[in-house]
Amino acid sequence: MAKSEDSLTLKDLNLGCVVTEPGNARQYKTGSWKSKRPVTDREKCNKCGLCYIYCPEGCIRVNNKGYFLSNYEYCKGCGICAHECPQEAITMIEEEEE
Amino acid sequence: MAQKIGMEVSIALGEAAKLANTDVIAAYPITPQTHIVEHIADMVANGEMDAEFITVESEHSAMSACLGSAAVGARTFTATAGQGLELMHEVLYVASALRFPIVMTVANRALSGPLNIWGDHSDVMATRDCGWIQFFVENGQEAFDLTLCAFRIAEDPTVMLPTMLSLDGFHLTHVVEPITLIEKSDVDKFIPPLKHPFALRPDKPVTMGAFAPPFIYTETKKIADEALRSSKKVIVSVWDEFGKRFGRHYNPVETYRTEDAKTLLLTMGSYSETAMVAIDNMRTKGEKVGLIHLRLWRPFPFAELKQTTENADNLFVLDRCISLGGPGGPVCSEIKAAFYDSQKKPSIIGFIGGLGGRDMTPGDFEYMTKRGKEIIQHGTKNEVEMIGVKE
Amino acid sequence: MEQKLQKQPKIFSKVPPEEYFVSGHRGCVGCGEALAVRLVCKALGPNVIIANATGCMEVVSSQLPNTAWGVPWIHTLFENTAAVASGIECGLKVLRKKGRYSNENTIVAAMAGDGGTADIGMQALSGALERGHRFVYICFDNEAYMNTGIQRSSTTPFGASTTTSPAGKKSIGQLTWKKDLPSIAIAHNIPYVATASPSYPFDLINKVKKATTMKGPSYLHVFSVCPTGWRSAPELAIELGRLAVKTGIFPLYEVENGVYKINHEPSKLDPVKDYLKLQGRFRHLSDDTIKEIEKRVNSNFIELKRKMMCDDMRVV
Repeated sequence: MAKSEDSLTLKDLNLGCVVTEPGNARQYKTGSWKSKRPVTDREKCNKCGLCYIYCPEGCIRVNNKGYFLSNYEYCKGCGICAHECPQEAITMIEEEEE
Repeated sequence: MAQKIGMEVSIALGEAAKLANTDVIAAYPITPQTHIVEHIADMVANGEMDAEFITVESEHSAMSACLGSAAVGARTFTATAGQGLELMHEVLYVASALRFPIVMTVANRALSGPLNIWGDHSDVMATRDCGWIQFFVENGQEAFDLTLCAFRIAEDPTVMLPTMLSLDGFHLTHVVEPITLIEKSDVDKFIPPLKHPFALRPDKPVTMGAFAPPFIYTETKKIADEALRSSKKVIVSVWDEFGKRFGRHYNPVETYRTEDAKTLLLTMGSYSETAMVAIDNMRTKGEKVGLIHLRLWRPFPFAELKQTTENADNLFVLDRCISLGGPGGPVCSEIKAAFYDSQKKPSIIGFIGGLGGRDMTPGDFEYMTKRGKEIIQHGTKNEVEMIGVKE
Repeated sequence: MEQKLQKQPKIFSKVPPEEYFVSGHRGCVGCGEALAVRLVCKALGPNVIIANATGCMEVVSSQLPNTAWGVPWIHTLFENTAAVASGIECGLKVLRKKGRYSNENTIVAAMAGDGGTADIGMQALSGALERGHRFVYICFDNEAYMNTGIQRSSTTPFGASTTTSPAGKKSIGQLTWKKDLPSIAIAHNIPYVATASPSYPFDLINKVKKATTMKGPSYLHVFSVCPTGWRSAPELAIELGRLAVKTGIFPLYEVENGVYKINHEPSKLDPVKDYLKLQGRFRHLSDDTIKEIEKRVNSNFIELKRKMMCDDMRVV
């Protein structure tokens, strides 16, 4: 696990500043960017997975019941999944103020 | 030990790249570098050299292709000159930042404009701060020897830095000199196989060239500076080992007849041999003069330089490059800076000469010595002292 | 055909499940280019080495100490990506020959934006294509310098307002027609050139896979909707890509060993206005200018069909 920006020092840098943990950007949670979140109506969803294919964040995952759900830790709320859903099963709802 | 063979220095450099088991060469033709890469192309075409020669479409791409090849852990060589080195400029910084042990020969050439294909040090001086190890060689044998050393130094696990070897365009590249080559088996013992700890490999994916925001950029530069500074001990030890193995000895700073010298000249590259002739001439006239030949330019050999000037009153520095509108020549500026904090230091005067292939004769070095003393005696000096200007 | 597929259940299984461009990248909301990269990476698979130009995708994916890349990846500069890839390809080739690298099938890929390809990287690209390196070059075309703040590039379409081709009292915005990069690549006589769009993900993935089987260079030009730069709604990124194909603005075609094939040929092109009206960068355009664009788009499409028909006759 790479250190946070604040605690990073020169001792943490590899030769040539190479990053050796593939995909460690997952540490950076982009979910706080969103103003709306996608919510799936499981009555309508036909589990086609088009939302997963079209997600620019790659943050939609299939659950053990075959439904495709956004990981809100990364979902930026673009709304592509809702717009593209052939079943109109996804609705974008306002994020609540915290 | 192999015999001395008369050969063009460029050919000897190609032979060095072959003996070092270079894997990839990416180069673009530019005078006076061409004979080096033509010879390599010949050897690859004839199957004498087992390497890939990428005939890139520019020097920018030459160094960029070198980055790619070094990134997968292939031993990588290139050569360029003058404008070519300037076109590579931004890529040079990336090579050192990524710690790629690329070896490059620079056939020193003046910079346009006006266009001039002949030798001076303007090209390499503009790359002074790019983070590469940089040497200047004096003759063909040294060019051959230090090319082999360059691979060994660059790839040392504690160094992993690109290394640039400067030799004067035409004055060295195109002359035939007696050169002792080294047996392949001996080179193999001297240069172990390259092992890059983070080479790009699908089974162990790494990210190279991630960007550094303000919160970490300074630290990347601190590491780069320390890496380059601490490479000096490896450079010295590799040159030392080379001397022990092959009988030819190289030091960061060399001296000639300096023991009792009150006046020292300082030169880099092939003009040192001309300056030695001038020193001999002046010595026969009873002048206590000597020569400092600066071989290692980056990392700068501060301590070694100071040792050589302990007993001297005057130090006259020849620059084959001019910092237009600045303090004169870049080498002299650095020498002055190196001595600024010293209690005991010589009077340092800078001269600019040998630009764009203009010969510096022994007489010019004698003039430089005389003029330097005059300046010190009378305290008057032109802003920039240029040798041999036709006014 | 694509639309029918979309109504089938479990179409997700047609896409490789692994992610090599992962969540946590800092692409803008609704970034079509990030999606394109994600899908291209799925198609390339894990046995790849990627050289990436400076640009949006480099910046959003690789801020020290993090990386969004799950495959070996190198960024060096803006204009040299094809040259870096050349070095990687030759490096691997010689290491294999000398027995120091045993993986025969590692794909070398180069990725750059439209600026890094059509403008500053054109020379390096042309050199690499001409030399015949075995690699896949992918240009992600979002039609301007988005990373630096939406300045025009030579692939910015006619009439688009950007920060350096602004629409004003005396200008309609970009006054030049989009540089035809695929045709430039085709002129190098390389084995494979294709256009693709993440709005047609299976076509995109198939083309990437096909490109990797070529013995020489292949060039893919991937349409990458940029909601930030185009001033379009983020949720419309896929829709816009689809409209670009339906209107003929960005036809999907491939040229394999010189033979043209249109992969998605609408029976009738939709009006370009359908596409233009959804984007702020075209909002200022008059009906006359839109007509001019449509005329050009139609004639380009006819020209493309002519090339394909000529090839059909040749094949017969």
